[in-house]
Amino acid sequence: MQLKRVSLYVIKKTLKLVSLLIAISVLSFLLVSYSPIDPIQSYIGADMVRVSPEQRDNIAAYWGLDDSKTEQFLNWSKAVLQGNLGTSLIYRAPVADVIAERFLASLILMGIAWLMSGFIGFILGIISGIQEGSWVDRIIKGYCFILASTPAFWLALLCLMLFSVSLGWFPVGLASPAGILTEDVTWLERAKHLVLPALTLSIIGVANVALHTRQKLIEVLGSEYARFAKAKGETGFLLLWRHGLRNISLPAVSLHFASFGELFGGAVLAEQVFSYPGLGQAVVQAGLGGDIPLLLGIVLFSTLFVFAGNLLADLLYQFIDPRMRKEELQ
Amino acid sequence: MIGRTSFPMKVKKWNLRQRTLAVTILSFTLLAGMIGSGILIGPEKMGVDFLSKYLPPSFTHPFGTDWLGRDMLTRTLKGLTLSFSVGLLASTVSTFIALILSLLCSVNKKLDAVVTWFIDLFLSVPHIVILILISFAAGGGFKGVVIGLALTHWPSLTRLLRAEVLQLKNTDYVAVSKAFGKSRMWIARHHLLPHLVPQLIVGFILLFPHAILHEAAITFLGFGLSSEVPAIGIILSESMRYLATGMWWLAFFPGLALLVMVSIFDLLGRSIRKLIDPFHGQKL
Repeated sequence: MQLKRVSLYVIKKTLKLVSLLIAISVLSFLLVSYSPIDPIQSYIGADMVRVSPEQRDNIAAYWGLDDSKTEQFLNWSKAVLQGNLGTSLIYRAPVADVIAERFLASLILMGIAWLMSGFIGFILGIISGIQEGSWVDRIIKGYCFILASTPAFWLALLCLMLFSVSLGWFPVGLASPAGILTEDVTWLERAKHLVLPALTLSIIGVANVALHTRQKLIEVLGSEYARFAKAKGETGFLLLWRHGLRNISLPAVSLHFASFGELFGGAVLAEQVFSYPGLGQAVVQAGLGGDIPLLLGIVLFSTLFVFAGNLLADLLYQFIDPRMRKEELQ
Repeated sequence: MIGRTSFPMKVKKWNLRQRTLAVTILSFTLLAGMIGSGILIGPEKMGVDFLSKYLPPSFTHPFGTDWLGRDMLTRTLKGLTLSFSVGLLASTVSTFIALILSLLCSVNKKLDAVVTWFIDLFLSVPHIVILILISFAAGGGFKGVVIGLALTHWPSLTRLLRAEVLQLKNTDYVAVSKAFGKSRMWIARHHLLPHLVPQLIVGFILLFPHAILHEAAITFLGFGLSSEVPAIGIILSESMRYLATGMWWLAFFPGLALLVMVSIFDLLGRSIRKLIDPFHGQKL
């Protein structure tokens, strides 16, 4: 019974992922291939005048730009299925390697921000929800609404101005100090360069979780069982511990997992401001520099990333929440 | 003691509706003022003045001046006007798409599945990555940014409207109309649309914050607009070069102005929802 359900679930999700990835690659390939930006020109750059038309044609033939769009797409997707995403024009390295290296840097950044914002947001939401209508609640709610309207990159700029320029606590950019070999960079220095981008992303991410948790907690506290508990004399922390926490933590965690897309978007902006060499910076440079293989690679990869988040969110509901299991059985 | 119990207080406290109405009117006026002044500023105010460059905020230049001596307040207001017009276009197009798609959902299960699949498709890629992709496809420039913003903001609103449409489809009066042999179009026009209008208006206004923030973000990253155009994103990305020298006003005020505009839109949307769509509005 359980096994059948799990396998059915896995099949459903796999089909969904495959169909999404196929659609995304077809769509993005179509978009990119109709771009008026000439890939050869963006490859050669300023030396374009020194390239003769024959050499140009040779490059085009070598890259298969003469083939029809369908052929190009089939060639590309065949290569992708074999795990070859092509070569990045900007970094002159295999796209898969670039993505792997950059994603590791981004993952540390996003991971810290994700944990921090989830934790702080959850606490703020609880404080706000338990004292609904009080001035604390008003302040937290107002703060969250303002955060939701704050441009992430502006917040990053403010952090940069305050902590790096005025106070001088942190370096102005880059994931490691300039002029030192990568192996010689100490962990402390790495951490120092990580603080500000992570701080920015954490601040931005708080709003959603806090507002959601607040709303759920108010719902829970207004329920029959909470009222009964109150009638028995339970108040404050005990009431929250016994009746609130379990009910509000699952939706909050699940919502937080489902926000990977926004997290990625925030990381793109924060990485740009702090010139942190992560995946976000790479996608901006790929877009600006006409690096089609890298751009397509990152599009597919970020789709996978968001899908993973949504899947985890869904799994939490499906397999952890006992109420969902019961509904299945009935 | 006596005054409190026996006589009602002379100061009348406004009820929720009156307060909401006041907030709506106030935010509408503020927005109109911001955008109107941005439109009315002529090109002569935008001029370069090398005698007054790098000036910190003062009475003559409340937001300071930049490295060309341009007044930052005028540039910011112009930028806000641009953000507004881009936001207006994006919201209009996206609301329209959302309406059409959500009505399609009501036709049959298959179409509904197709629309849902498309919503999932658009939500499965980080928004900013889609914008970069579309901007690249359009060959850069302002056009790419506008097309990208206009075509990508419909999924969340469509999801909302779809839920509403599916709920309405199962109501008794729709069933009665069907039994009377009314056409799909008739039902859509007379039963579905009236219910969707409040959600459409609110959704339209609440799309502005998203569209404006995305516009600022994508121009900040360097897509689209040339550096001549005073867009908030461009002003902020230019200011990055001067941050290390301590010219905080170049980044602080334009960003703050954008934040104010976006939050007013947010406030306006939520207030209007309370006024015209009490069914959903009271929940928040």
